[in-house]
Amino acid sequence: MSQYLYIALMFVGIYGLLSQKNILKMIISLNIMELGLNLFIISTGYIKEAKAPIILFGNEGNYVDPLPQAIVLTAIVIGLGVTAVALMLARNIYKTYGTYEIDEIRGENDD
Amino acid sequence: MKKIIAILLTVAVALFVFTNLYSGDSDFKAFGEKSLEETVSKEFVNKTVDPQRVQPETGSANIVTSIVVNYRGFDTMGEVTVLFVSALGVALLGGVLRKKVTFRYKPGFIINQGMKIIVGIILISGIYIFVHGHLTPGGGFPGGAMIGSAFLLMYLSDDKFRTRIAAFKVLEGLAGSLIMIVGLVGLSTGGYFLYNFLPNGEIGQLLSAGIVPVLYVLVGLKVGSEVSNILGDFFIGEVEE
Repeated sequence: MSQYLYIALMFVGIYGLLSQKNILKMIISLNIMELGLNLFIISTGYIKEAKAPIILFGNEGNYVDPLPQAIVLTAIVIGLGVTAVALMLARNIYKTYGTYEIDEIRGENDD
Repeated sequence: MKKIIAILLTVAVALFVFTNLYSGDSDFKAFGEKSLEETVSKEFVNKTVDPQRVQPETGSANIVTSIVVNYRGFDTMGEVTVLFVSALGVALLGGVLRKKVTFRYKPGFIINQGMKIIVGIILISGIYIFVHGHLTPGGGFPGGAMIGSAFLLMYLSDDKFRTRIAAFKVLEGLAGSLIMIVGLVGLSTGGYFLYNFLPNGEIGQLLSAGIVPVLYVLVGLKVGSEVSNILGDFFIGEVEE
């Protein structure tokens, strides 16, 4: 059941967001989470022995669900925008504080 | 200590999701067992492959494209707007720096010469993908991202290229305005925004599907120039004259 694998990938991302203190690693975790969710949404549209939803000559009917694919296209673009803004914020933080570690920015060390 | 708490929390939530995902009262069908007859997508597919109909309602061979650009065209316009706002945010945040970004390395001979060979191929592939968005997998967004990657390669390989290209701002604004104009022409001729006022043509041909290829080419140009703009903002910051 590959769907469980995609959900597991999402939880890997959530664990990374909870545990990591480095801003770049947190952005990467966010992207892993988003990737897992996108894969899961696409997999909900899968139908056994169905074809890609493109009409070729003499190929009619029996398609997989096209709607999750269209929705995920939107989600990918939003993810790109979020990642771009997050990376720019991270660059500004690095220019101001000289580090990507949240502990060092706060000036404490309590792990 | 915090990592152990994070692991426990994640595993607890994951177990909850895994046990309830396909339980009795879940809306998710088992993997691959879904029936298209029970979903909204049935209408999208049937309007495209109905044997009684002379041609599909949208004329587009790719059903995903017909959903993204025709049935949900207004949503796609909003999506492009989100990308524009994101590019604007990156430009504003980058402007705080007021300093030119310098790199510790010099681009080597291989990336310098290999770029000249490979950039044209990447650009042509990107343009091919978004021109054929209504026939083959792909479309404006992947094609635009490929164009952006070609410009990333140019930024990386050539020192002289590291200036903000003003033409992209013009192209981006022009493509965005043209999407609006196409929508408004539909509003004035057909009665609603983004009405398909062009003939559908024969399915499978390059010039078919009415306004779908027009809109997707515009979306591809806009996404490509926006991604290139974002990359340029990362490389430059605001240079103070």
